[in-house]
Amino acid sequence: MSRASLANEAALVLLEVENLAVEFDTYGGIVKAVRGVNFTVDHGKTLAIVGESGCGKSVTVQSMMGLIPMPPGHITSGSARLRGTEVLGRNSIDGKEIRGAEIGMIFQDPMTSLNPTMMIGDQIAEPLQVHKGYGYRQAFDEAVRLLEMSKIPEASKRARQYPFEFSGGMLQRAMIAMAISCKPSILIADEPTTALDVTIQAQILDLMQDLQHETGMAIILITHDLGVVARMADDVAVMYAGKIVEHGSVDDVFYRSAHPYTVGLKEAMPTNDPTRQHELHPIEGSPPDLFAPPPGCGYCARCPFAMQICDTRESPDFFLKEQHFSRCWLHHEDSPSKPDDLYFKGREA
Amino acid sequence: MSNLLKAAELTRYFDIGRNQRVHAVEKVTLEVAEKEIVGLVGESGSGKSTFGKTVVGLHAKTSGTVKFRGETLPQKYRPADFQRLATKMQMIFQDPYSSLNPRMTVGEIIAEGIRLHPELSAADIRQLVAEWLERVGLQADHMSRYPHEFSGGQRQRIGIARALILEPEFVVCDEPISALDVSVQAQVINLLDELKDKMGLTLLFIAHDLSMVRYVSDRMAVMYLGSLVEVGKADEVYFDPKHPYTEVLIGSNPEPNPQLERNRPSTTIQGEIPSPVNVPAGCRFANRCPKVLDQCRTVTPELIPLKDINRQVACHLYN
Repeated sequence: MSRASLANEAALVLLEVENLAVEFDTYGGIVKAVRGVNFTVDHGKTLAIVGESGCGKSVTVQSMMGLIPMPPGHITSGSARLRGTEVLGRNSIDGKEIRGAEIGMIFQDPMTSLNPTMMIGDQIAEPLQVHKGYGYRQAFDEAVRLLEMSKIPEASKRARQYPFEFSGGMLQRAMIAMAISCKPSILIADEPTTALDVTIQAQILDLMQDLQHETGMAIILITHDLGVVARMADDVAVMYAGKIVEHGSVDDVFYRSAHPYTVGLKEAMPTNDPTRQHELHPIEGSPPDLFAPPPGCGYCARCPFAMQICDTRESPDFFLKEQHFSRCWLHHEDSPSKPDDLYFKGREA
Repeated sequence: MSNLLKAAELTRYFDIGRNQRVHAVEKVTLEVAEKEIVGLVGESGSGKSTFGKTVVGLHAKTSGTVKFRGETLPQKYRPADFQRLATKMQMIFQDPYSSLNPRMTVGEIIAEGIRLHPELSAADIRQLVAEWLERVGLQADHMSRYPHEFSGGQRQRIGIARALILEPEFVVCDEPISALDVSVQAQVINLLDELKDKMGLTLLFIAHDLSMVRYVSDRMAVMYLGSLVEVGKADEVYFDPKHPYTEVLIGSNPEPNPQLERNRPSTTIQGEIPSPVNVPAGCRFANRCPKVLDQCRTVTPELIPLKDINRQVACHLYN
């Protein structure tokens, strides 16, 4: 698909990120953390960004929120447009602030993301005072209502407590209440349940889905857990070494996987299909050093399908259908080993 | 008796002052047969790590016994006990970052246990460490490096080499993979599996990842707030859970399969694991249980074998 037709769609999509690249200066040199990322998020939909630690998934969303410390970080190229308006390097759109008002965010560790010296209610009221100009009383009452929406029992009592009096799951609910306080159009959830137990994770995921139905916000969910992705996502972007290697609907990515890394991830996880005894096939090796990323495909060194070209030249995005692409040379029409084997594995694994 | 290890009514409390105590592990009875892998699952705070550490003697036992090959192990280990038993029982820890001393070289870390057994010369020890580094997929010349030079997966391999160099019979793996990425988890699991087969190890595999425990273990034991609620064959427990808590736990585990997830009824339960300081009377799961009966709030259910299948469940529904 060409850039032009993507541009035509820009009027419809909520968020469009194009060719985003972020680098960090360190003592050891420049880390190329995000190396050209494209994706879109639609109204009311959930996009899951999946990848291992260090693949750049958090940096990608933090750069949209203006949360990258500069220096040492800098956004070297790209754009992120919210309803067609550029957000990178700006604080507000039409007088409405991006961070907190247009885009809300919740973080992995609710224990360290809240201020331990402020009452929970005050912390939730703060964005309402800052972004909406509410008075303290009004903001606090709204905070209690938001805590109720997040299904915290005895909300008015809980609003007067401090973070240490909350459990991990309750803190994450409070964080969600805070993030949605200004009715953002996008909620970014950066590994929201990684620190929680499965039963609490189920509660938080349910809550996020309920709130999405009520408010119609879009969710960008960052996770490394394919189970959470399967449960929550409409679309999936698989990231590896600072790039999106596969992007498509959740069914396409899970059942018609088109990138060797996606297939590798699935084969490295135990499935609970009682009809099939399947062995774990680990992905050998480790991700490339992003101080000196390889000139070709980042996954080349670990890829069982690697060809000569993969080592030296980067693959473009090959579209298998309109909304499903894979960044892999196997899909080139001249590819000597047709991706039959990959297709087979992508469907079976 | 084919049981390698038997914990009987093992209890561990922690006193936290003002006449309060944490009931971390309460009367847990669990047998581990030779060359078996028993998976121990539960939420954080359920006492699974404390149980593992008490079994290998890192915590003193408040009451109850642990028998290893018929020998009753001491209630509280003295240094001589550690030295004697370290060759039989070892532990692999959860966090590969904090469980390796950053001031010691990898060679020193791995050799520390074997050096306490002075029949080997320094050259023999070096040779053995080099061998083990290669067995766990590292290189012999990594011996002189420090832990910070390694990735999480490599550090976990160092932890495995450190535990297995003494050729123990029984190893407690305390969440050995939960700090690792998915692709690396499989590497470590396959390594453990291979070493287990070669050395005839018996493992107690503690984890909260249910899919991984089902994959790895022969039997699965489910723990809630310090006591066991269900024990049985791993596959059977996973696909046919009997205890309401096991049902909830397995129902909450998201599967990497979108179609299945869309069609699956939500089994979310309200509430959270209660504090182990003020343990509720009766069944510990009663206040969250969707199938709670009157007697659950007063009478503590015993872990009893079921009639038709090979399963132990602690629940009044099956009485």
